[in-house]
Amino acid sequence: MARIIAGATSSHVPAIGAAIDNGKTEEPYWKRVFSGFDKSKEWFAKTKPDVVIGVYNDHASAFSVEIVPTFALGCATEFPPADEGWGPRPVPVVQGHPELAAHIAQSVILDEFDLTICNKMEVDHGLTVPMNLMMGTTGNGWPCPVIPLAVNVVLFPPPTAHRCFMLGKAIRKAVDSYPEDLRVVIFGTGGMSHQISGPRAGLINSKFDKSFLDDLARNPKKLTKIKHVDLMREAGLEGVELVMWLVMRGALDDKVDEVYRFYTVPASNTAVGHIILENKQRASKSKVARKPARKAARRARR
Amino acid sequence: MTREQHDYDDIPGSFVFDQERSRRGYGINMFCMSLMKDANRKAFRANEAEYLKKFPLTPEQTEAILKRDYNRLLELGGNIYFTAKLGATDGHSFQHLAAVMTGSTQEDYAKMMLAGGRPIEGNRSKSGKFGSKPKSKTRPKTGSKRG
Repeated sequence: MARIIAGATSSHVPAIGAAIDNGKTEEPYWKRVFSGFDKSKEWFAKTKPDVVIGVYNDHASAFSVEIVPTFALGCATEFPPADEGWGPRPVPVVQGHPELAAHIAQSVILDEFDLTICNKMEVDHGLTVPMNLMMGTTGNGWPCPVIPLAVNVVLFPPPTAHRCFMLGKAIRKAVDSYPEDLRVVIFGTGGMSHQISGPRAGLINSKFDKSFLDDLARNPKKLTKIKHVDLMREAGLEGVELVMWLVMRGALDDKVDEVYRFYTVPASNTAVGHIILENKQRASKSKVARKPARKAARRARR
Repeated sequence: MTREQHDYDDIPGSFVFDQERSRRGYGINMFCMSLMKDANRKAFRANEAEYLKKFPLTPEQTEAILKRDYNRLLELGGNIYFTAKLGATDGHSFQHLAAVMTGSTQEDYAKMMLAGGRPIEGNRSKSGKFGSKPKSKTRPKTGSKRG
C-alpha cells in the first residue's frame, strides 16, 4: 500500500528561482537563504520518496482570470515549466504520476472535494522553486515524479484553512488506499509573511510566522480556525497563501516528528519559512495497533 | 455603484483582489496577461493607447495603465501578479514596482526589506481596532486542559 511518510513546506519566492537560474546562490545575500536548505536536500536524498504531491499556487501563468479553479489536480504525464514572461525557467520538465493522480481524483471527489482535473498544465515558479530547494538543481531531470495540486490563492476568497486541512485528510485517505507500495512526500508551498501589493507592501511579521511554524508542527487544529482576514492582516495580503500549508499538514498524522526548521528574512519581499515533518514510523498502521504497544511498554517499565 | 464593505477593507494600504474587483478589473488583467507574448509587448510599446482599445477598459482604467498608477490599478480591479507583467514590459524589477506602490525609492525599499521589512506594529488596521496585540494571533496557550 502507498503511504504518506512526510511533509515539507517552503516559500516559493520567484527571486529564489532567478538566483538559481542566474548562478547567484553563492552571493552572500542568497547564500543566507540557500544554506538553510542544505539539510533539506540531504534529507530528501536520504528519504528518496517515490512520488511527491506538490501543493502550490499558480501566479497568472497556467491560469489567467478566465478560469480560476479553487483546487486543480495535475493528472498529466508531464508538466512543462511555464513561460512567466521571461521565457520558461531552465529546469527539467516535471514528470507526473498519472496513475496515482487519477486514483486521488477518484477518491477525493467522492469524498466531496470537487477538484478540477488538469490533463494539460504548465507549472510556474510556485511549484518548481520549492522543488529546487528540496531536491537540488539537477539538470538531468527531477529525482521523482511530482503530482501538482494548484490552489487558488490569487482571487479572493481562497479556500479556507479548514477546507485545505480537510482536503489534506482526503488525500491521505486516497494515498492509503492505493495498492502499489509507494512512499509519498507532500509539499506545501508559499508564504510566509509577505505583502507585495499596495502601499503596505514589504510587510513582514516574524512573530506571527514563528508561531505559525510552532502550531503547524504541534497544534495544527488551531491554524484551521484562522480566518482569511486575520491571515491577511497579520501575514500580508499575499501571505494568505499559507492556507496551502494546511493541505500538507492535513495529510500527515495528528502527531508528527519535526525533523528540521529554517526561517530567514528576507528573500526579496518575503519571509522564508521551511519545515519538515515526518509521520512516525509505521504511522499508516491504525492507532489501535500502537496503543497496546504503548501500554505494554508502560507495563514493562513497572 | 459603491463598493460593498468587507472586514478586510480595514487593513491599511491594501486592496484585496476579491470577486467585485475581479469583475470590474477583468479588462486590466486580460490586458496584462496579453503582455506575456513578445509580439503583444511590441504592439503595446508602439502605440499604448491604440493597443488598449482591444480590451474592455473604463476610461479611468485606461488612464491608470497609461500613467502606470499601480495602486490605482489595484483599486480598479487589477491584480498584482498581472500588473507585474506591465512592470516587466517596462523593464522594471518587481522591487521597483513595490517601491513605487509604497511611495518609496527602490533603494530605501530594499534597505527596509534587509532590515526586516515593514513592521506589523502600526500597520494592522485603519480603524485602530487591532492594536499591537492581535486578538487571535498571540502566543498560543498550548497548555493542556485541566483534567
